[in-house]
Amino acid sequence: MLDDLRELYQEVILDHSKNPRNFRHPEDANHEAHGYNPLCGDTVNVYLKMGHNGLIEDAAFEGKGCAISLASASMMTDIIKGKTESEARHIFDGFQKLVKGEENDFDAGEDTERLMMLAGVKEFPMRVKCATLAWHAMTSAMDEKPDVSTE
Amino acid sequence: MNDMTTFDVEKIRRDFPIFSQEVHGRPLAFLDSGASAQKPQVVIDTMEKAYAETYANVHRGVHYLSQVSTDLYEGAREIVRAHMNAASIEEIIFTKNATESINLVAQSYGGANLKPGDEILLSTLEHHSNIVPWQLIAERTGAVVKAVPIDEHGEFMLDTYFEMLGPKTKIVAVTHISNAIGTITPVKEIINAAHDAGAVVLIDGSQAAPHMKIDMQALDADFYVFTGHKVFGPTGIGVLYGKADLLDAMPPFLGGGDMIERVTFAKTTYAKGHSKFEAGTPPIVQAIGLGAAINYVNEIGFEKIGAHEQMLLAYATEQLSQINSLRIIGQAKHKAAIISFTLDNVHPHDIGTIVDRGGVAIRVGHHCAQPLMDHFDVAATSRASFALYNNRADVDALVSAVKSVQEIFG
Repeated sequence: MLDDLRELYQEVILDHSKNPRNFRHPEDANHEAHGYNPLCGDTVNVYLKMGHNGLIEDAAFEGKGCAISLASASMMTDIIKGKTESEARHIFDGFQKLVKGEENDFDAGEDTERLMMLAGVKEFPMRVKCATLAWHAMTSAMDEKPDVSTE
Repeated sequence: MNDMTTFDVEKIRRDFPIFSQEVHGRPLAFLDSGASAQKPQVVIDTMEKAYAETYANVHRGVHYLSQVSTDLYEGAREIVRAHMNAASIEEIIFTKNATESINLVAQSYGGANLKPGDEILLSTLEHHSNIVPWQLIAERTGAVVKAVPIDEHGEFMLDTYFEMLGPKTKIVAVTHISNAIGTITPVKEIINAAHDAGAVVLIDGSQAAPHMKIDMQALDADFYVFTGHKVFGPTGIGVLYGKADLLDAMPPFLGGGDMIERVTFAKTTYAKGHSKFEAGTPPIVQAIGLGAAINYVNEIGFEKIGAHEQMLLAYATEQLSQINSLRIIGQAKHKAAIISFTLDNVHPHDIGTIVDRGGVAIRVGHHCAQPLMDHFDVAATSRASFALYNNRADVDALVSAVKSVQEIFG
């Protein structure tokens, strides 16, 4: 019983969910979006400080959610900080395929190993939305669409 | 004979073919009957037979099968009438589900009777299906929706309700049993007080119908709704009970075939009684299946079902209460066998996923009752809901699965 679950709830995931990184509202954020999962009522606010040439100078979030959604948001904000908008979108494309089980050769460069921690989600299709909620909010923030719902 | 031999849960489990399978290599502990109940073989067989041997449209043909099919469909209505102790079969309307039943009353009765400033009283316990239809009709008519509060145990606050009732109150719509936390509301007192204030009452019996005997003439409800799939019948069939004089005065809800008396392009006159509200070909086989389900539970008897479920509720409450950091949401004095709970620092979705791997099916989320979740200041809970086929082993499986949640989350 516990093998799949241990794969899903790895120590790293639990650590990120209990001590989420970048869990704050930066005053100088210039892009933000609110993500909502109507299935469970989970919410996430993603804040970005976007500089010139699409550089993400700061990324942070606040919200309520399950371990998977919090860990994913926490890792995401760590990963996209210092990347460009198009790099962040590219990583999300691959990550989304990874958690849906559509991608066997996931490659996100130096971030591959970290994001692979969430690959266990693919065995739990009902939880894909949890893993991608913050990422959808990130792209909405970049697109300047303030609200995103996973339904 | 003692109670243990008269209520043999293992025999009942064998009536439900779903329990012969395993989930994730574990025996299925199905604790989500509050969302939808499993089906006994007799319901499945009855529906198969209705399709294979007696199927035809109802109320239309003069041919043999149409007659047999009509007799079975109308026979199901009589089963429902007798079960609810309604005065007449004209008071039993078949709908798609409880949601449609409530929308029918809101649109038809509410649309014809509500005026700007009139008040519709609901409660904080309500399922979204007993909130949103009233908001829709309130928006159209200028009426106002108000919610009777509940206390910290999840009890309907009767005294506050009495104070809220007044000359503006036109409709009171309250659940019989809370789907999210199991509270049994004092429906008799609610109905009597509403009638004294001149309001009509709709009771949402979706959670009550699988667990207790419901008696329309004793309750004196004006409208009472429930859905078939929660009472071990098929999906796609719901019931609306309405007092005959109220139904007679109400305009139709949906227009179409079967609900008319005479149609011309100048003017159409409508059928009387329940037919006015059953436009189009009805859910024929689903109604027949619901009849079989109701016969099934009545053969077992609600006294025994209720006693068995209360035993499970007490056992599960006692066992779950021993788990550190587990908090039971809703501790009303009169409760049906529904337990909502939270675990400190573990989100219900994580709980749901983990216990599922132990073969335990529970519902996690807001249970379509977000105002109630707001009342308890939680976004979501985990809910175990019991039915006549659950046993102590199901409770043990739940408790052990919740312990494995704690193991994983440390």
